[in-house]
Amino acid sequence: MLAERVLSVKRRFLAMYKKADAGHIGSSLSCAEILVFLKFAWMRDDDTFVLSKGHAVAALYSVLAEANLLTAAQIASYYEDGTKLPALPPFNAIPEIPFATGSLGHGLSLSAGMALGARLDGRDRRFFCVTSDGELDEGSVWEAALFIAHHQLANVVWLVDRNHIQAIGRTEDVLGLEPLGAKLRAFGFHVIDVDGHSFESLLAARQECAELWQTRAAPVVIIADTVKGHGIGYLQNTIDSHYLPMTDAQYEQALAELTRAHAAPSNDGVGNAG
Amino acid sequence: MRAEFVQAMVALFAQRKDLVFITGDLGYMAVEPIAEVYGERFVNAGVAEQNAVSLAAGLARAGHLPWVYSAAVFTALRPYEQIRNDVCLHQLPVKLVGNGGGYAYGIMGATHHALEDVGALRALPHLCLYLPLVATDVADVVGIMAKDARPNYLRLGLAADIPGTIPAFAPWRKLKPGSRCVVVGAGPVVQGLYQLDDPELLDKLEIWSVGTFPLEPLPAELAASIQHKRRVISIEEHYLAGGLGEALSHLLLTSGVAPDSFVSLHAAGYPSGRYGSQRWHLEESGLAGPPLASRLRDLLRA
Repeated sequence: MLAERVLSVKRRFLAMYKKADAGHIGSSLSCAEILVFLKFAWMRDDDTFVLSKGHAVAALYSVLAEANLLTAAQIASYYEDGTKLPALPPFNAIPEIPFATGSLGHGLSLSAGMALGARLDGRDRRFFCVTSDGELDEGSVWEAALFIAHHQLANVVWLVDRNHIQAIGRTEDVLGLEPLGAKLRAFGFHVIDVDGHSFESLLAARQECAELWQTRAAPVVIIADTVKGHGIGYLQNTIDSHYLPMTDAQYEQALAELTRAHAAPSNDGVGNAG
Repeated sequence: MRAEFVQAMVALFAQRKDLVFITGDLGYMAVEPIAEVYGERFVNAGVAEQNAVSLAAGLARAGHLPWVYSAAVFTALRPYEQIRNDVCLHQLPVKLVGNGGGYAYGIMGATHHALEDVGALRALPHLCLYLPLVATDVADVVGIMAKDARPNYLRLGLAADIPGTIPAFAPWRKLKPGSRCVVVGAGPVVQGLYQLDDPELLDKLEIWSVGTFPLEPLPAELAASIQHKRRVISIEEHYLAGGLGEALSHLLLTSGVAPDSFVSLHAAGYPSGRYGSQRWHLEESGLAGPPLASRLRDLLRA
């Protein structure tokens, strides 16, 4: 069940953040459901995932541990001196992390390159790329968007973690992105809006993509409406959630809130990868 | 060198099919033969160098051998972080090609000159730079780059026309003997030494050409010659910072070879604030023509 998976993933990365006394908790909580859904309900083994918003890599490490692709010992080394799991994705260290992202605005182009390579080889592989929304300030993202749309790279699935908060401000106050969906539609993308914390909504997006690709190879962007620091009262929708580590009391509160929220999960009804 | 480069890329495609040629919307009346032969493996990525370089990194990660072509300044500097992070950190065999190194774009002006590409790229790990000298070097260099598993940068320019026969492309090449002083040059700027219009002066210069950065270990013959002649001059179509002069002086010191004098002849930028042809800029920087001859005479008199 995805609900149990995501609870386990969140508990693991909260423990990692607490032990490391580290920030970027809000970034990980923002995309936890998306990462879990992609790994356990959408991606096939030969698909590739690129976390362009590298600041949420704790969530990715936790998902990889959940899939038994990282060991408990590796997870325990997070943030430690000599670790292969730094605070942003490492290079050439973990097979499931093809690129050291985190400097924003790289992941979508990298995904496009790998996708073009797969197309040239006639290989049926897909490349799932999660960007943040603040990241869309980077011009290189729009270069990549032009390229993907022009070349109709339908094997790139771009997900925007639209939590409306960037480093030190709200996206619409800093450099407004709206109407984001209309902009991307105008670029030539098939735009799907989802609730980024709902597996049901993510499942509907998966199905919409499957139906779309049966008729035409259109590139897709999924704009996932999310909440930074989702599910943790004191963190939710705050700029602090990008930076601040947890006190002992906050950690206890976070765990309690997570457990409560997941106590009676609805049947998410999500099947196998497709 | 551009025509030779295009020929070499076409020829290379006959040998291997994993090549992808990406242009940043440059190469009018030049890259068309590549487009014709490469088919879907020729990609005009548009005027979007950041995307082009990351795209190439993704292609390399997927097992292809991508070449990214643009003007030297746009290849090297506009996507610098993409080269640093996506290509060099990951040690991917992306082949960056910069046309018009130095002042080669001439009257196009300062924004199109590449006077700091070598310095900027030399700072990056795992990246090997290639600087052909003469037209026949280009095919050799393309062949070497295709086999080089490292990321590379190829700095193209107007090929030098060096009289007589010279050795095939190599990291170090002795071009001619000379009696008084060792001159080490990087790329076609060396040609200025052969155009001094002063045979006596030229006779005094032992000339070497550098073809790669990082510099390979100092050849024994060159080290011995420097120990004997005691004077070294470096010449490059590039700013002082990060260029051949700095690299060579470091190599000499760390190799225990200490000449009595070391002079770097390098691009001065735009001292008069005026523009002209490549040749005009080279002369203004003292890298060609009468200003070069006069500097060399002064140096040899000292």
